[in-house]
Amino acid sequence: MLKQMEGSQAVAEAIALCRPEVICAYPISPQTHIVEGLGEMVKGGELPECEFINVESEFAAMSVAIGSSAAGARTYTATAAQGLLFMVEAVYNASGLGLPIVMTVANRAIGAPINIWNDHSDSISQRDSGWIQLFAETNQEAVDLHIQAFKLAEELSLPVMVCMDGFILTHAYERVDIPSKEQVDAFLPKYEPRQVLDPNDPVSIGAMVGPEAFTEVRYLEHQKQMQALELIPEIAAEFKAGFQRDSGGLVRGYCLEDADTVVVAMGSVLGTIKDTIDEMRDAGVKIGVLGVISFRPFPLEAVRAALKNAKRVVVVEKTFAVGIGGILATDIRTAMDGIAIRDYTVVAGLGGRPITRKSLREVFNKATFDELPALTFLDLDWAIVNKQLARERAKRRSGPTAENILRDVGDHVAQHS
Amino acid sequence: MSFQPVKFYQTGTFTVGNRLLEPDQRSVQANMERTNSLNSGHRACQGCGEALGARYAIDAAMHATNNQLIAANATGCLEVFSTPYPETSWQVPWIHSLFGNAAAVATGIAAAIKVKRLKGETKEDVRVVAQGGDGGTTDIGFGCLSGMFERNDDVLYICYDNGGYMNTGVQRSSATPPAARTATTMPVGAEPGNPFGQGKFVPSIAMAHEIPYVATATVADLRDLEHKVKKAMTFRGARYIHILVPCPLGWGSPSGDTIKLSRLAKETGLFPVFEAQYGEITGSAKIREPLPVEEYLRPQKRYAHLFGKKPAYETIVRLQALADRNIRRYSLLDKEAN
Repeated sequence: MLKQMEGSQAVAEAIALCRPEVICAYPISPQTHIVEGLGEMVKGGELPECEFINVESEFAAMSVAIGSSAAGARTYTATAAQGLLFMVEAVYNASGLGLPIVMTVANRAIGAPINIWNDHSDSISQRDSGWIQLFAETNQEAVDLHIQAFKLAEELSLPVMVCMDGFILTHAYERVDIPSKEQVDAFLPKYEPRQVLDPNDPVSIGAMVGPEAFTEVRYLEHQKQMQALELIPEIAAEFKAGFQRDSGGLVRGYCLEDADTVVVAMGSVLGTIKDTIDEMRDAGVKIGVLGVISFRPFPLEAVRAALKNAKRVVVVEKTFAVGIGGILATDIRTAMDGIAIRDYTVVAGLGGRPITRKSLREVFNKATFDELPALTFLDLDWAIVNKQLARERAKRRSGPTAENILRDVGDHVAQHS
Repeated sequence: MSFQPVKFYQTGTFTVGNRLLEPDQRSVQANMERTNSLNSGHRACQGCGEALGARYAIDAAMHATNNQLIAANATGCLEVFSTPYPETSWQVPWIHSLFGNAAAVATGIAAAIKVKRLKGETKEDVRVVAQGGDGGTTDIGFGCLSGMFERNDDVLYICYDNGGYMNTGVQRSSATPPAARTATTMPVGAEPGNPFGQGKFVPSIAMAHEIPYVATATVADLRDLEHKVKKAMTFRGARYIHILVPCPLGWGSPSGDTIKLSRLAKETGLFPVFEAQYGEITGSAKIREPLPVEEYLRPQKRYAHLFGKKPAYETIVRLQALADRNIRRYSLLDKEAN
């Protein structure tokens, strides 16, 4: 049913349609509206046969999820940023134990400096945690990916993170097609756990594993994600048959057929990039974009196939690895092994900085002339950076960096108003 | 407290004395059909109080729940010695997740069971225990424990307190008693051993949550321990049992003295044995003749620095004062016996 609604509320409705049995969460912006919505549905009886647990921390949220999933219940939680970091030990534990928990990450920057706005540094920091990570481009896709996530997680007995941009998606009101109960029930079978804590058939879960078996256990985690590379497109195709929409899959291309320059990105920024590409196409530039939906497992083959005829690739990413550069870009380079094309990394949208068509067009244009530096920080204010660097050179006790910069930005605004 | 018609100390031995009791009054451990929930073959040290406590407690919980029990376990000695891959000593469904989350994992299991029963997918009334050592309970797992308590989740949490991080080589925890030597509170400096005025007694904090049931116990009094576990299982909601379990390795005590030291901890008043309901103390295990703390301290190498060429009288007096305070605070003296 078509509805005009907030992204978070849409996701809450999608989760409810999946008939979760245990939901546990700790509030953190911008995830709150999702769990508030679910809490109300459980309390109001709209979502019966479900336990909603208000826990005391994200570490507890993931731990409760581990317990309930191991006891055979379909389990959901949601978090963001600091919350995801606070639960990291349990995040790794959930995947190590092979528990099919589904978690929304309402992507938000990690502090310090504290910042509540969107970028991808939270979920990307967990890229090696053994969780499948799917990135939604729109609220419709966020809804659809959550429904697919339960199927994927339970089929493989692996946890899945559905990543959606905080505020940009979670708090945006737009048109969303919410499926019917019948559609979801037909698509998503009842959860049949591979392992379950059952007094009538007792097993030990979480035993100490030494060097004699640790490699094999960890390899199987990798092997399962390799299976996911096949399963994700299958599930997306099945979803299309049942819901009459393209949603999910490994990657999605736009204007790639004859593109010399291919932009690669994840999440909601793909919309802005497509608009920019439309403008540039109108001006005769052969440019296209590849959206990566499945970041883990990383679809090396699909990316390679999409890039094989390109002359250059520009990776736009909302986080970076301090001390080296792009993270998605590194994975893209792995996919391009043996293909001689140039690659550029554009770090953009950190801590919620708007990514404008104007700025994107500038860097894309430079890239088409191969005039773009290998690593670019989009819209970086060099005057502010240099001022702080000068301050640090001049004085040993130069003070806290972020606060200095905020003061400089304030002065700058005052001068220009 | 547990009712026992025959006082075993009257027989001149401290053996469990089942032969003196009617069959239906005998302990779960004396029952041929006990579940051996923590089965033999595990790799605990000789004289391990935790292994003993866990077997007593989980067997009693199994007995009380008609074997419908799931256990969540914190990282620590109990987890390591019971499940070296690919072996397991557990005869109950058992999960180990992390060091600091046993209480939360148990909450999740209890929530799952609740929903499964609601849906009619199971008819069994499956109950949940969480267990960990003092480090996993009073330190790193304390946030999850307090959360489980305040939500009154239907979980029995059992802490096996041996007063330190024994698995990692005997380091101090917030349950390490004053003056005790650990690898991080060495018997050197102006105040040798663990400082006075630090640490926490989690049973009191559990009571402050006003949960249905809180109890302490030792492995010296099997019946009392079993009684408390079974009693805990008659309540719904959060329950906490704190069991003192000597660690021969960490305490520097002969492995044959585990039961003796447990008893001395109680009989000196250093470890108060009591129970409480909804935040109020309802009873305590009485001390017949209070013994000086020295009798408990002297056999343990972790207190050896108190008994050198120059005995640390002042420190021993301070420890005696703590025992005396416990005796007052928890009404531990058996007035009838005196």
